[in-house]
Amino acid sequence: MFKNIAELVDTAVSQGIPISEVMIQSEMAQNGKSREDILNEMAESFRVMKAAAQRGLTGVSSHSGMTGGDAKLLNDHIKSGRALTDRTFLSALCYALATNEVNAAMGLICATPTAGSCGVLPGVLLAAQEKLNKTDEDLVKALFCAGAIGFVIANNAMISGAAGGCQAEVGSASAMAAAALVELAGGSPDQSAQAAAIALKNMLGLACDPLAGLVEVPCIKRNAAGASNALAAAEMALAGIKSRVPPDEVIQALYTIGLSLPLALRETAAGGLAATPTGQTWKKMLSQGCQQED
Amino acid sequence: MKYRSVFDIIGPVMVGPSSSHTAGAVRIGQLARKLFGKAPREADIHFFGSFARTYRGHATDVAVLAGVMGLTTSDPRIPDAFDLAKDTGLIYRIHEEAAVPVHPNTVTIRLSAEGGQMSVTGISIGGGLVQITRVDGFDLRLSGEAPALLIFHQDAYGTIASVTRILAENAINISHMEVARARKGQDALMVIETDQPVNQDLVRLIQEQPNIFKTIKLDI
Repeated sequence: MFKNIAELVDTAVSQGIPISEVMIQSEMAQNGKSREDILNEMAESFRVMKAAAQRGLTGVSSHSGMTGGDAKLLNDHIKSGRALTDRTFLSALCYALATNEVNAAMGLICATPTAGSCGVLPGVLLAAQEKLNKTDEDLVKALFCAGAIGFVIANNAMISGAAGGCQAEVGSASAMAAAALVELAGGSPDQSAQAAAIALKNMLGLACDPLAGLVEVPCIKRNAAGASNALAAAEMALAGIKSRVPPDEVIQALYTIGLSLPLALRETAAGGLAATPTGQTWKKMLSQGCQQED
Repeated sequence: MKYRSVFDIIGPVMVGPSSSHTAGAVRIGQLARKLFGKAPREADIHFFGSFARTYRGHATDVAVLAGVMGLTTSDPRIPDAFDLAKDTGLIYRIHEEAAVPVHPNTVTIRLSAEGGQMSVTGISIGGGLVQITRVDGFDLRLSGEAPALLIFHQDAYGTIASVTRILAENAINISHMEVARARKGQDALMVIETDQPVNQDLVRLIQEQPNIFKTIKLDI
């Protein structure tokens, strides 16, 4: 099993296979499963992702009532023809919002790598599917490329907001999505790694400070931001732009920043946006609501 | 390595809103129930750290309770766990603890039923993965991702060897093992994670060895 991004890329290049294939073979060797079982399990996860994105577009609202309906608003905006940016970009934003709104509504999603960041990867891949005319099978393979990047980040740094802030969640998701997007678009393993590094660098230091501790504000829109950042990083990598800091060193930076982030900015709902007057008002309202329910 | 599979990263398929505070919480509840070995009559759920501050928003309380009732992370009934508990007569209490835990996402679950009780502490380390860190006063580290045996025994020479010999003779490989004891010569706990599942006959055989008090088998 590869321990870092350098090993991952070396293995892919020396064997002449994509990163996704390295991940599939590692999974077979490590966990003794057949290739067919592994692909089927991932295909099932992909079906959940696709269903969640579609469901979110119809408009859902969260249990707290704080969020919901934004994916539908954006979708209507796209349909109106007044949007500024291109269709792929808009679709990625829209699916990312939709997926994370379904998550906030306690709907069924696939964590990628976490539930709070579950919109980024499907958002980007589903948008790219439309642009690049890819099959569902192609996207399932790309998920293994994303998984390989996430695997290294999780084992060498962290992927939970409580441990390392939002940089560890949406930051990781954005890096995973950028790498997968590059592979899907025909880029090289090294370009995937560069895309991951560029995406992750742009998200370093990001606090996890959700209102009232709910995975809603700013998480849902942050998924759209993570998706747009992944698109930007993938475009740069495909153009041949390299990260000046190697991917593994960026992951190390994520780790040290995560450790030094104050507790108030690590999913405790004690600082940042959660501590704003609006954040406090929501917290008070929701805790009163819960007491009344009890 | 903490994460061993690509499906730890792309996954789990779960009911939202949080992999660590909802799905991980379901997993810890589930493991506590499996370790307890039967349906509890009462469940006391103690939240520490981030769990204590944000459990309402993430539905961590609902999630732990769902796990205690045996629901999996993708079960659509998770949001209705409180009602489900009331329907089945499970008494539950939620406690917010002020103590600062080693890991921010810590929960201690005390389960009781006729003829027994058990205290299980778990941490949710991210992406839905968890570790059980304490069972009935013994510190340990259990992922719940591999089959495991928890063997409460008298701290006496030869006891560990008698257990590992049985596993060896039945071609069961140990992937992780640790032993903790309250004090020299007193109660001790060995935790053995295995690559192969351990069948009930072997558990009985282990239970018959000298100095063994109780053997719990954890299947995945």
